[in-house]
Amino acid sequence: MPSLKDMRNRIASVKATRKITKAMQMVAAAKLRRAQEAATAARPYAERMDRVLVNLARRANPSEASPLLVGNGKDDVHLLIVMTAERGLCGGFNSNIARLARVDTLRLLRAGKTVKILCVGRKGADNLRRDLGRNIMDRVDLRSVRQLGFGNAEAIGTRVLAMFEAGEFDVATIYFSEFKNVITQKPTAQQIIPARIPDIEGSAGKANGDGVVEYEPSEEDVLGYLLKRNISTQIFRGLLENAASEQGARMTAMDNATRNAGDMINKLTVKYNRLRQANITKELIEIISGAEAL
Amino acid sequence: MAGTFKFELVSPERVLFSGDASEVIVPGTDGQFTVLPGHAPFVSSLRPGVLMIKIPSGSRRVYIRGGIAEVEPEGLTILAQHLIDLEAGGVNAEIDAEIKAAEAIIASTKVEDERMAAAETVAQLRSVANR
Repeated sequence: MPSLKDMRNRIASVKATRKITKAMQMVAAAKLRRAQEAATAARPYAERMDRVLVNLARRANPSEASPLLVGNGKDDVHLLIVMTAERGLCGGFNSNIARLARVDTLRLLRAGKTVKILCVGRKGADNLRRDLGRNIMDRVDLRSVRQLGFGNAEAIGTRVLAMFEAGEFDVATIYFSEFKNVITQKPTAQQIIPARIPDIEGSAGKANGDGVVEYEPSEEDVLGYLLKRNISTQIFRGLLENAASEQGARMTAMDNATRNAGDMINKLTVKYNRLRQANITKELIEIISGAEAL
Repeated sequence: MAGTFKFELVSPERVLFSGDASEVIVPGTDGQFTVLPGHAPFVSSLRPGVLMIKIPSGSRRVYIRGGIAEVEPEGLTILAQHLIDLEAGGVNAEIDAEIKAAEAIIASTKVEDERMAAAETVAQLRSVANR
């Protein structure tokens, strides 16, 4: 049986926690707006790039196209780029991404493939380190980054490209959380090498009939350049989506936490009042029966 | 002058310009070219340099590094890897950094074309910086 003082302390501590979660929720809401704006601003670039890429890729000769487009003919070593947040307290956000990556890793390992993991963000590395520590080759820390810039994505992209050219892996996939809306974030895996060209037979770009568009310096050069750029662009998109998702997840998680703290305070207060009342009654009974005994 | 065409200048981080332009001068890898309304469909990669946008009400200059330009029947789209809006204030430090980078290319490259291109970039940036 806790004493009255214990209960008062307990209530005070839950109240303090509620203040913190409430503040975190509001900070996340403000950050979410910024992150969403950044994600929206980056969309046109990725879309245009996709369009040009689709046009070019459809015309490319598969037998001599860049390995970035058709792969290097092997499927033995997989690189998983797992992008998570740098901070916790955002519900299932980090563990959802890590789970998806873990499931895929185990599947690939069972199939006899080699898996290398590149972690972007501390939380994913922490989560995967326990059972897949041997597969993690490195981690990229973005903790000091305040506002994600294309430079951050480019640094990762350049590195991935260098590794690909050195033959360190055959297939690369990025893992991130797609931002659907504030309450829904969908962990997503997207293959970036060899590039997945969206609906190659689709209607996109039909307006540009074959042979009409001219390329300078040459078709191959432009395509090669675009494929390289596409890696960084995809990573950048993943990072931005992730940033928005993280704040959305945190907002929801903190909203729940605030509400739970409120419920807990109500329950504790009722309990505290009952206990206090019981104590008073007990003391009264003691006094009265003491007086009667005289 | 046959009116205007649609022009969009997009960087990975934002859309810097979207609207009608009457003439855009683009630093292409194989040389500078000018896009006017009704240009034939055409895709070119870009080298670092200053992009000149002429809109009906004036003109605007933007430094771009890397990217591609796509001319379609509807208009021109430029995807720039990195850009500095030269009309905006407080970009002198960035311009200086680009001048340094270009000068480093001049000092190191053996290819005459690259040296010429970089020298042109430096000259263009200098003229902007001393404005």
